[in-house]
Parts: sequence; C-alpha cells; structure tokens
Amino acid sequence: MAELNKGDEPMDATPNVSEVEAAGVAGETEAVAAIEAPVERGEPILQVRNLVKHFPLTQGILFKRQIGAVKAVDGISFDLYQGETLGIVGESGCGKSTVAKLLMLLETATSGEVFYKGQDITRLSGRALKAVRRNIQMVFQDPYTSLNPRMTVGDIIGEPFDIHPEAAPKGDRRRKVQELLDVVGLNPEYINRYPHQFSGGQRQRIGIARGLALNPEIIICDEPVSALDVSVQAQVINLMEKLQDEFNLSYLFIAHDLSIVRHISDRVGVMYLGKMAEIGTDTQIYDHPTHPYTQALLSAVPVPDPEAREGRERIILTGDVPSPANPPSGCRFRTRCWKAQDKCAEEVPLLAVPERFKSSDTPAAHESACHFAEEKDVVHAA
Amino acid sequence: MTTIDKTMSVPGPRGGSESGAPLLEVRDLHVEFHTRDGVAKAVNGVNYTVDAGETLAVLGESGSGKSVTAQAIMGILDMPPGKIPRGEIRFRGEDMLTMSHEERRRIRGQKIAMIFQDALSALNPVLSVGYQLGEMFRVHQGMSKKQAKARSIELMERVRIPAARERVNDYPHQFSGGMRQRIMIAMALALEPDLIIADEPTTALDVTVQAQVMDLLAELQQEFNMGLILITHDLGVVADVADKIAVMYAGRIVETAPVHELYKRPAHPYTRGLLDSIPRLDQKGQELYAIKGLPPNLTRIPTGCAFNPRCPKAEDICRTDVPVLHRVTEQGGGEIAGRGSACHFWKETIHG
Amino acid sequence: MPDTTQTTLTAAEKTGGDTAALVSKPEQRKPRSLWGDAWFELRHRPMFWVSATLLVLLLLIAAFPGLFTSADPTKGDLTNHFLSKPELTHFFQPDWFGYDGQGRSIYARVIYGTRASILVGVGVTAAVTLVGGLLGLVAGYFGGLIDSIISRMTDMFFGIPFLLGAMVVLNAFTERKVYVVVLALAFLGWTSMARVTRSSVISAKQADYVTAARALGASTTRMLFRHVLPNAIAPTIVVATIALGGYISAEATLSYLGLGLSEPTISWGIDISQGSKAIRDNPHALMFPAGMLTLTVFAFIMLGDAVRDALDPKLR
Repeated sequence: MAELNKGDEPMDATPNVSEVEAAGVAGETEAVAAIEAPVERGEPILQVRNLVKHFPLTQGILFKRQIGAVKAVDGISFDLYQGETLGIVGESGCGKSTVAKLLMLLETATSGEVFYKGQDITRLSGRALKAVRRNIQMVFQDPYTSLNPRMTVGDIIGEPFDIHPEAAPKGDRRRKVQELLDVVGLNPEYINRYPHQFSGGQRQRIGIARGLALNPEIIICDEPVSALDVSVQAQVINLMEKLQDEFNLSYLFIAHDLSIVRHISDRVGVMYLGKMAEIGTDTQIYDHPTHPYTQALLSAVPVPDPEAREGRERIILTGDVPSPANPPSGCRFRTRCWKAQDKCAEEVPLLAVPERFKSSDTPAAHESACHFAEEKDVVHAA
Repeated sequence: MTTIDKTMSVPGPRGGSESGAPLLEVRDLHVEFHTRDGVAKAVNGVNYTVDAGETLAVLGESGSGKSVTAQAIMGILDMPPGKIPRGEIRFRGEDMLTMSHEERRRIRGQKIAMIFQDALSALNPVLSVGYQLGEMFRVHQGMSKKQAKARSIELMERVRIPAARERVNDYPHQFSGGMRQRIMIAMALALEPDLIIADEPTTALDVTVQAQVMDLLAELQQEFNMGLILITHDLGVVADVADKIAVMYAGRIVETAPVHELYKRPAHPYTRGLLDSIPRLDQKGQELYAIKGLPPNLTRIPTGCAFNPRCPKAEDICRTDVPVLHRVTEQGGGEIAGRGSACHFWKETIHG
Repeated sequence: MPDTTQTTLTAAEKTGGDTAALVSKPEQRKPRSLWGDAWFELRHRPMFWVSATLLVLLLLIAAFPGLFTSADPTKGDLTNHFLSKPELTHFFQPDWFGYDGQGRSIYARVIYGTRASILVGVGVTAAVTLVGGLLGLVAGYFGGLIDSIISRMTDMFFGIPFLLGAMVVLNAFTERKVYVVVLALAFLGWTSMARVTRSSVISAKQADYVTAARALGASTTRMLFRHVLPNAIAPTIVVATIALGGYISAEATLSYLGLGLSEPTISWGIDISQGSKAIRDNPHALMFPAGMLTLTVFAFIMLGDAVRDALDPKLR
C-alpha cells in the first residue's frame, strides 16, 4: 500500500498519500452480519445489455463532420428486479446520468439493448413508446428546474393524465391529483399554488407525485436528494422508501452520495468513465469491495464521526478523471490506480466474478472488473 | 429579538494572539434583508472568534445565515437590500464595520481572503489563470509582470497543479473542477492572508477530489498559521478538518463545541437530529430519523427558540423565551472547554 | 392507483407542509403566478402608469378621432393659409395649433394622423412577433438543420439596412396604404424577434421540466406551447414593446422621405415633411406633428422599459 501513483499521468507534484492512522479505536462496529437473507428475485423487470452511448464531437457550421466521440456510456449491463432498489454510484462524468436518460428513452442508444419485461425498448417509437413511458418514470435532481414555473401544482401533477387520457377519466383527475398530493405528504389544498411558493423539499415531493401519477413500475431517480438540505433529505428518502413498499416500485437510484445509496439500495453498481467497475449487494460492495476504485471512493467519503474516521484507512487518489472523449486503453481506472501493471493497459478487464473468489462462498465473490481484484475493507475502523 | 448571547463568548481551544485580541471576533452581529415580502432576519446575534492557526467550522443548512455572516465579514454583502443594524466584526481588535472604505479594502484581500464554492464563476473566463494570479501581486505589491508571473507559477506549484509552468497561460475552463478549486485556493493564499474564509469549498467536487482539496487546505493552513473559517452543510467534511464547530440555525448559533465532543454527544436537539438523519456508510440502518418540518421562513422566525416547531423536546418555555447560549458542563458540573448550547433543555439533551 | 387510506403520514410531515405554505405574504393567500408577480411589479412603477395613461389616450384618439375634434383634417381653407398661428388658449378648437400651408387645421391633422401611426406600430409589431417568434421558436427548439437554415436566413435579412431596405421595397408601390407599409417593415424587421426568441427558447428547452414532459410522452405541440413558449416569451415581449416605438418613427421617417404612407392617408410623417418646407416662418406646422410623434414613441419605449423591469428583474 506504499505507492499509489503509477505515474502514467504527469501528476508528479502530488505526493502519494495513503494515511493509515491506526488509532486504536476498538471496532465496536463489528461487521453487521455479512449474511443477507436471500432475496426472492424472479424475473428481472429491466435488463440492460451492452448499452453504449457515444456523443459525436463535430466541427463546422452548416456541414458538420465528426472529429471524435465522447464515450459517455461504453458497454453497461445490469438487471433491475421487481421491487428492488439498484443504486448506481460514481463521480461526475462517469456516465450515470446518461444511463438514466437512456433508460428513460430521452436519448437514443448508440448500441445495446434495454429489455422491459423481455421487450427491447431502445428502438420503439410512436404509440408503443408512449405505452412504455407510462411504466418508467423519473424523479429529477434539481427541484427548482424540474417543475414548470408557469404551471400550478395541479397542472403539473395532472399533466400525465392529459398526456395519457386513458389513465384517468376526465372528471376524476382533480381528485386523483389531490390524492397524489396527500400520498407524498403535501396538503391537497395546495393544488392551485405555483412551484415557487414551495421549498426545495416540497418541490421534490411534487416531482415525486408527478412521477407516481401514472402508477409506473420503475422509477429512475437521478440524484433525487442531492439538492436538498440534510434535514429534508431524510424526509424525502423515508418517503421514497415508504412509497416503494406501498406500490411495489423498482428504483434505479443514481447518486454520488455513497452513504445515502447504501441506505436505500438493495444492490449497488459502481461506475467509472462509462463502464461498470463493480456490482453487487450493498454488503458486498460496501463491506467487501474488490475493485480498487470502489475502495478509493469509499475511503474518501467524509464520515460524520471523527473517531471512526481516524481509525480508517484513506486512499487518496491522485489526479482527475480522464476525459471520456479520450479514455485510457485497457482498464479505464489504471491511470489513477496504485495496482496498475502492463496488463491493465493492454487488456480491458471484464465485469465478472474474479477467478480467485469463484469457488468460495465469500461476499467478495461478486462481479468486479479488475485484473487484480482483492478484498479490502475500507469502511470500518481498523 | 434582542437577547444577546452574553453568557459566554465562544472560547477557542487555543488562546488569543500576541496582542491579546483574537484574530477575528464577531460580536452580536445582526444582518437583515429588506424585501418585498418583509424584513428577512438572516443573522440574529452571532458571536464567534477565530485565532491564528485555528479552524472554525460553521455548520448550517441553507438559510441558516452561515454564508451571510461570512459575506458580512468580507464586506461583500449587497447593501441594500442587506443591512447590518447591529454588531461588531473585530479583526485584530479593530471593528471593521466602523472603518473607512479604504481601510477595509486593504484588509480584504490582503489579510482576509475568501474561497467560493463555484470556482468556475469566481474566476474570470476571459483572462488566463496566470494573469489572474499575477494581478494580485501587481496590484497589491507593485510587482513587475515578469516577477508576478514567476510568483504565479510558484503558487500553482504550491497548490500542486501539475505542470504549472506549462499551464500558467491556460484559461479557467481548461482546468478540471478540482484544479480550478486549487487555483482559487492559490489566489486566496497569494498575499499570505491571516484568515481564510472558505464557503462550501468542496461541495461542487467529487468525493475523491474533495479529499485532495481539503487535505491541501488543511496543510497550507498549518504552514502559514492562518485562521480558517470553513462554512459548510456537510457534517462529514467538518469532522475531518475542524478544531471547533459552531452550528447555526435561523441566524443564530445554537451550539458550539470542539469537534470530537459535538459528534460524541450533541447538546442541542437540532444537532442531534442532524447527526441522526444522515445514513451511515459503514452499516445498513433502518428507517432514517428525519427532523420534521422545514427550516423557518426568515421573515417570520418563530417566537422563542426558532427550532421549537420542529423540536421533539419543545415545551411551553421554548415557544416564549429565546434560549441564550448556555455553558455546557459535565454532569457533575465540571467545565467542558468551548461548549455551549442554546437550548433550555441542554442538560437533558446531553446527559439525559 | 395510489390508495390514500393506506398512506400513513406522520403528523410531522403534514406540519412540515403547512409551515412552508406560509412562505408567501399573509395577504397573498391566493396563488401567485409568475405573470401575476410581473403584474404586481408593474403596478408599483410610476413609469408604467405615466406611459399607460399616455397610451390609453393615444389609442382612444386613434380609435375615435371624431371625439377629440370637430374639424375636418382634409378640408383646406386657403384663407387660413399659414396666417393663423397657434392659439394656445383655444383648447380643442380647430385653430388650437394653427393652420398649415393648405389651410387645414393642424390640430385636426395631428388627431387624425394618430391612427396611421398606431396602426403601423401595432401592425408591424404584431407581424414581426408572430413571424419572428414562430421562426425563432422552431429554430431554437428543433435545432440541427432547421436551425441552421433559419439562422442563416435571419443573418441574411439582418444584413439588409432596415430603412434603406424598406425604401427599396416601398418604392415599388405607387399607392402606399397602411397595410403596405406594415408589410414592408415587417418583411425586414422580423429578424431581431427571431433571434431573441431563438436564444431564449434554447435556454428554456434545457430545463428539466421540458425533459420531464418528454419523459411522460408529451407531444411536440404540447412541449412547444405549454412548456417552452410560456417560459421563453418574456424577452420577446420586452423587445417587441420597445421596438414598437421604433416602427412608428420608421414610418414617419419613410413618410417624410415620401416613401412611406402617401396621401390621402393622414400621417405625422407626411405633415412633418410638408411642415419642414416652411420651417423658418411657420415652425408650428412642423412642431406639433413632430411633438406628437416624439411623445408616442417615448410612451412606448417607457412602457417597454417598465415591462422589462417587471418581467426580468435581472436585466435592470
């Protein structure tokens, strides 16, 4: 654990800090039982296979020609099961928001498939597309820009019914909107108010109500609480959990806050530069990470407990995330990885259960895209 | 709204500077904004001190007055609509609010510098980074262009910007978020100020970069023996670097404590609620504790304790009497250095 | 569908809602839309009231000139040829402002000339807002090739000098009625509206609520007219209000040059042109129509300023 910097990048100035401050804080946090109740999964409701999105970089005013591509999402696969929450974490530019847009069919995938109940939805259009949209809804990050300021709350939450008239008979809509307001914990009498008369947390509730209106099966949440105050975040998270139980929703929960993702997710995927680095149950990822990026990410999270903090190992990565327009060859993390070797530059590591853990029954046996995967607990005090 | 927290002036863990007066002392500061919807009382009697080499973290949610206090200290408050009806901001014993414009300008920038959350908008996009850094030396120290550039490169190396010599002529947008924040830190450090105010310096950055920047800031602070006021909403960031913490709510300081103390046993229900409402990274919790309700509207702050409508411990006295910042003691009455709580029931909160 | 009976909300959450409901002022219990807010801002500006009063008066004059004077503006009485100087105490009498070279009441001509100016101003503004606004909306919203084509077309028209272009176009007509002038000015004037609308549409369409509507499966029409346009129209309205005054003076300029409205239409521009020929001895024949013109343009520009302040406080 001595040298973290492989010097692939001209990052000579930054020393390689790896502070192992072994303050003897006895681990009162005994690993909270690694054994999880086996989850009844059944058929996945959403299957993502080799999803790719490249944004072309063009030059020219009237006649554009392509000079390259930003590889925002570069071959992602995962499943989402009925009633579960799959968390996706990663730093800015890792492509997690693009994944959300692709699943919402707001962007057209460059290649790859998204199967909703067995049907590929990436190439749908017209009526079929509209029908699928009813079942996949979204909650946005910024409660200040996600609601049309010129519309009343009633119009905003009622808009799904205007667009899909078959979802609710006309005379019934006002009552439905009021029901929805009640469900998300807002006073149904606010139906005629405008968004700017509400605080951030309340607006996010309005956004959630709009997402629920068509009774979808999947809700894609793109950083739904990161714009909210700490004390309000907890309210919204609790509301989302309550709604999930009530309506048997499946969440794809995209966030950069690892603590919140652990709290709400059943499974977690870690993304780096358009690829999935590691995916597994929350215990597997947080307590038994095997990918160096996951380990660095987890160790960097500031913990609101100075004592637990001092007993933890910190891996401080050097440098920044490379540009997705020109990602490193082989493993994309190798330029910041302390384990990187020649193999990492030549061979793209596949997302699979590492060979060494395959036969054993440890929580480390989950999919990880690293040639040199090894388990390392960075979350708990030493 | 006139209750002044006179019971104690927040003592720092370390003593004052040589002159006896602390580096910065904010006394009974009030700031209000006159808006169409009425007078918003953003800061209602804030007291704190910062000494050289010390880090004070001011923790609060949006609307708590943490940033407004900082802007008042820097003298960058928009006035009007802002107004400072009462209070003192003493820098090395001198009240900056009564100073002349010119004197104040000299302190700002040279003695007190500020780091903002959004480095991209704080830097001028049409000037090169080297030019903007060098400007500090040319304007304040009358250096030549060449000297200033050399100093800029030095500074950029100091904040560990790789290949500083080659990048000195680059423009802000050519740097990544973390690098831009480093440039902001370099600018703040340029004139070796005595005090740095950092307003959410890492909020816009990714976690892995956050750690780099916070470490750098802490290291430079030690080296130059500067005072640092760290304004943040993130309990995690504070835990890493602060010496002492002041928790703000609705324009008041509701709790002060040395950093370890605060997390171990909060003495104000608001602080306790905040700590309980953040999920933990190292274990899977059950339902999160959520502080009920919403932060108050600053044009109509509740009477008594501003937190009373959201407080699980609130009783009648909380709705009528504004609690002063009580000195927090051990169960047996023993002194706990630097602890205070503006709660009528602080004893029950910390010891019960 | 959500079953409300199941929802177990804590009282706390409900209270939370209630506290924040009080965000607005007590007397503003009723919902406050952004347009309502703008109207509130507008109402509190003296500048708005001054210009609004002037404009209401001008509109009344334009609509019912007969109410303001009994004289016939076209009837010349050569006995009055320049002889009568203004009788400034003869309020509302035909000789109030004196008589022009053909012995016509200047007061009556100023009153009857209002209609042409207002019609040209309002007509051109309506036409350019409609055409320019729609083109800007389409270009900004759809982008790509459509945007490239419209934008280049806008640039080309923008390159034509406004007045010179109008003169060339109008020169092709022998009898120039109000609608001819309106069409000529609108033909050249839509570009600025298109540009303003396009840029505000581009910023409005990036808002999350537009994405949200798309995610719901909203039709293009719905997105354009319910989400994008209402949030992008404010700058266009501001520019249009200010430009209105400019179109009125453009008409006067053209008429003065003999290329705008032509007789028998009564227009301030024509009167200014004729009055200027005898400016040394009888300045009043020029002064009054010119004064009315200035006042009208001034009123519209002032209104534009007030509207801008109300709609977009950031621009101030």
